[in-house]
Amino acid sequence: MKLITAIIKPFKLDDVKDALKVAGVNGITVTEARGFGRQGGHVETYRGAEYNVDLVPKVRLDILVDQLVVDQIVDVLVKAAGTGKIGDGKVWVTDVSRVVRIRTGEEGTSAI
Amino acid sequence: MSILFQVTDPVVLLGQQVSLLWIVIGAALVVFMQAGFALVETGFCRAKHAAHVVSTNFAIFGLGFIGFFFVGFAFAFGGFSYSAFGMTAPVGKALIGSGDWVFLWQGGWAISGKAITPAVLGFFLYMAAFMDTTATIPTGSMAERWKWKSFVLWGIFCGAIYYPLFAAWTWGGGWLARTWSTMSLGAGYVDFAGSGVVHSVGGVAALTGAYVLGPRIGKFDRDGRPRAIPGHHIPMAMLGTFILLFGWFGFNAASTFAATDVQFATAATNTAIAAAFGGVAGMMWITRRTGKPDPGMMANGMLAGLVAITAPCAFIAPWAAAVIGVIAGVLVIESVFFVERRLKIDDPVGAISVHGACGIFGVLSVGIFSNGSYGGGWNGSTSTGIEGIIKGNWGQLGAQALGVLVILVVNGGLSFAFFTIQKRLTKGGIRSAPDDEIQGLDIPEMGVHAYPEFAGAH
Repeated sequence: MKLITAIIKPFKLDDVKDALKVAGVNGITVTEARGFGRQGGHVETYRGAEYNVDLVPKVRLDILVDQLVVDQIVDVLVKAAGTGKIGDGKVWVTDVSRVVRIRTGEEGTSAI
Repeated sequence: MSILFQVTDPVVLLGQQVSLLWIVIGAALVVFMQAGFALVETGFCRAKHAAHVVSTNFAIFGLGFIGFFFVGFAFAFGGFSYSAFGMTAPVGKALIGSGDWVFLWQGGWAISGKAITPAVLGFFLYMAAFMDTTATIPTGSMAERWKWKSFVLWGIFCGAIYYPLFAAWTWGGGWLARTWSTMSLGAGYVDFAGSGVVHSVGGVAALTGAYVLGPRIGKFDRDGRPRAIPGHHIPMAMLGTFILLFGWFGFNAASTFAATDVQFATAATNTAIAAAFGGVAGMMWITRRTGKPDPGMMANGMLAGLVAITAPCAFIAPWAAAVIGVIAGVLVIESVFFVERRLKIDDPVGAISVHGACGIFGVLSVGIFSNGSYGGGWNGSTSTGIEGIIKGNWGQLGAQALGVLVILVVNGGLSFAFFTIQKRLTKGGIRSAPDDEIQGLDIPEMGVHAYPEFAGAH
């Protein structure tokens, strides 16, 4: 089992969610996040004075998937979340040693 | 009724009755402007101070009112009468000075005594609403760092002394109003609805108060460059701006003091013209300066047009209202930059520029754009109509410039002295403790969060 974690642009959430559903993903967890990457934030003006937005608003997705489909899901996610512009975000995959569905006590891939 | 109004001709009587109704409606509209100020100032401040900022705007209505009720009205308007709405005799007489040189009035203390008629009470209400507008202007420039109990004293001081002083010299019939006689300056100082009496007077207090307090923590970086501190609720600020536009019709149009004086329609329309042109000029100028139509500057642009048109609105042609609006919309933005970048004074909402700079421009524009069509006999003068330099008359501009000088020197000095002395006499000064300011004034000063669900958000 694998955990896909993705940091994406907030306005891309609907596109990514729809694409993941079509690809057969059963559930995602969404968290509002703030952060910076190589982009390093950006400068805005308010009443004519500049200010730095160091931490840019992002959305974080956590998706548990079977390792058989993980590469396919990551490809779908990257395609759906991309705009080609700076600040599109990142996706990474980590190993998961145990998963339990709380209601039924099911474990492993049947709990995903 | 005829006993109260002392006329028997039913047409004249009806005119007085309707005019008094017009003044009370005008007063209600001006009172509603307090809601506009509250929304503008709170929207332009941060969420962690929102309960504090909105509470200053709320409390100032009563604090200023109390000072004005007991002594302020008597100081300013003890010698005032205007028969158009049935106020046939003044409630008092001169307190300091006489003839053309009156500096303070007296009479009708605490709005009591035999001279108090419904006409006087209607006039008092209207004038109290104007005073409260002045009183609430510094709450914007001094927001996010003004200790509550220090603010309370300002409210009472403004209603009792600070506002009545310049009002006594101008609208009350004091020495500035009589400069047509003593110095041969036009029709004396002319200010139809208060670009000077209300807005500049409040604007210079906003300047001196913000200077004495110092900038908010984090406003300027180590090199003294200003940093933006974005307000937390732009829709709130813009709703407040529109409420101010709505209330301003009472401010300017009802300043005819008479529904029978149909120049109120000119005043109302010129007010709207200046607001429209000011808002659009502000939008275009800030786009030119920074690339985007900053909502805060658009709002300031509209308010700038409104403040500037307030003094000249009854005396000018519509084209002049448009010109005044455009100039004010540009002036307010350049003034914000000047205050922030050159003077290094932190004004979270732009009150110094909107009310101070554009108020002064409005006072001067009476002496520039007035076309002689209205204002015959103003201030008891022999004038047949207020004339500015577009009619080749420079005397009026002289009277206006003298008024501006008096506001800067006297009101600037008086407000600076008040805040400085108060700072010396108050334990810990008039500014909140740095820890409280960083945490947000809502809990330390008011005991409640404006937005408890978002506690911790800035």
